[in-house]
Amino acid sequence: MTTSPDLLVRADQIHRDLYLSPDVFALEQQRLFRRAWLFVGHDSQIPAAGDYISCVLAGQPVLMLRRDDAGVSVLHNRCAHKGAPVVSAASGKIARVLRCPYHGWTYGTDGALVGMPLKDGYEGTAFNHSEAARGLAPWGEVAVHRGFVFARAESDGRTFEQSMGELLEALDLIADRSPVGRLQIAGGVLRTEFRANWKVYLENINDSVHPVTTHASATLSARSVWGSPSEGTVPPLAMRQLLPFGSGYSFFEQMGGRILPGGHSVLGTRQSLHSSYTSLGDYGQALREAHGEARAEKVLDFSPQNVVFYPAMALKGAPQVMRVLRPLAHDRTVVEAWAFQPVGAPDSLLESALLYNRQVFSPLSLIAHDDLHLFERIQRSLGSGPNNWVSLHREARGAPPPGPRDVGGVDEALLRNQYVAWASLMAEHFPGSRGAQQ
Amino acid sequence: MTVASDAFELERALHAFVVREARLLDDMQLDEWEALFADDGHYWLPASVGASDPLREAAHLYDDRLLRQVHIERLRSAHAHSQQSPGRSHHLLQSPEVLEANEADNCYRLRTSFVYTELRGGRTVSLPGVAHHRLRRSSAGFLIVLKRVDLLHAAEPLPAIEFYI
Repeated sequence: MTTSPDLLVRADQIHRDLYLSPDVFALEQQRLFRRAWLFVGHDSQIPAAGDYISCVLAGQPVLMLRRDDAGVSVLHNRCAHKGAPVVSAASGKIARVLRCPYHGWTYGTDGALVGMPLKDGYEGTAFNHSEAARGLAPWGEVAVHRGFVFARAESDGRTFEQSMGELLEALDLIADRSPVGRLQIAGGVLRTEFRANWKVYLENINDSVHPVTTHASATLSARSVWGSPSEGTVPPLAMRQLLPFGSGYSFFEQMGGRILPGGHSVLGTRQSLHSSYTSLGDYGQALREAHGEARAEKVLDFSPQNVVFYPAMALKGAPQVMRVLRPLAHDRTVVEAWAFQPVGAPDSLLESALLYNRQVFSPLSLIAHDDLHLFERIQRSLGSGPNNWVSLHREARGAPPPGPRDVGGVDEALLRNQYVAWASLMAEHFPGSRGAQQ
Repeated sequence: MTVASDAFELERALHAFVVREARLLDDMQLDEWEALFADDGHYWLPASVGASDPLREAAHLYDDRLLRQVHIERLRSAHAHSQQSPGRSHHLLQSPEVLEANEADNCYRLRTSFVYTELRGGRTVSLPGVAHHRLRRSSAGFLIVLKRVDLLHAAEPLPAIEFYI
């Protein structure tokens, strides 16, 4: 078996070891998840100095912390002394300093070592020149855009703006659903653990061919129970969210997609399952006053099926929800579903986002069920038989031009684009870095 | 009858209701189960500990009659491929505790500790929790105004769960 990225990814098909091999996963943790800009959290989760959340990036525990200077630190959650985690809760607030519960070493909100008990014992030693004296190690670079916090352990020499490209405009459009241009995480999170590779889920986010077959059980049931009410009856929001999943291939074909360098993409540039949700009223007026007529219209027109921040986050504009993938092993992944309240917008937008998450992403939901069942079965059946390859051939004619481009909504270019990025982030020699991390 | 035996009969009837409710789920008598709910009745499975608002806090489910019916219809659908080899469920209940039996307000509340086990595709998932029933008495007997299920793992990542708990 090989773990060489060049041999595992071809232009129009990918080797099944990408999903099945623990060795490939270990290499992804060492390379891909350290070289990509990973979504860490949203700064509305840590509004005041000393607020933190803890999470895992590339298999390593980190904390995202609001500094005294109002900036955001992303630090390894590992005491510089003996390696204890300095915080254990998923979120919280530190007192004036971060204090390790083991031997009481203390750190500032920037991770710098502030003090420890029995300090005299270090006088005359080489401590000041040691790793430990440097305090909590930063994960790497941190960038914040519209409150979304991203971090990258290893640089390829390009800036955050260069790496994210058009995604930042998409993020601006989604954030501008708030009259003050600010989203706030609200209502808590739904988390599902499934026994499949994280890439199976990520591909699915960009796969608009599967709903017709995969989600037939949910949409036919919704249609049959809702029936055909009399002309002019507006279905409840729950039905307006569910029924479009039953759209046909031509709808998905026409929704349009845009593929961006780095594996990123926007699916549903022209239309999406979410195009007709929001009833606006005063809120529409507030948006027009805040952003101007043209910008407000552009903001409301932008209701993509998914904006994919490769490798592990995806946003929907309407409803304002976000999924974050937390890979645990080659065959185990947690997916989180978060909801946003656009600041200054009616509470009904948050309620709509939370309803969407219950109906579509909850581990007990109508929609997620059929997806998760398939993902877990794929993980078991993909290794069967002589065929080593997963096909990405749909519309793969000729060599694609580099750079951003528009594609049809069912073009597997959306998936091929993810694997171009995968191969580049997994390469042994990475531009600007020291090569493979051991 | 004496007051004491009235109270005993009431408690017995409330216990029997909760036990039957779980049995209907495990026996997949889902239409009968759904009919236990009042027209305005909800099924609520919070995704946090100590949840207080089903609409503004994340929940795994907050289903009214329409959504319960869609859910049930889906389980019967020939297209539900996750049910191609049908799963099964089992509720192990502790004796319910009657928290409130207020005839004047027509409000009856019970708390029932349970372990829910689901078998699907050869895989077993067990989830302990507490079910809170809020009931209303009608001419047809007790009806569920709210069934709230607080899982021990409410805020943890959960695997896909196919049935109502």
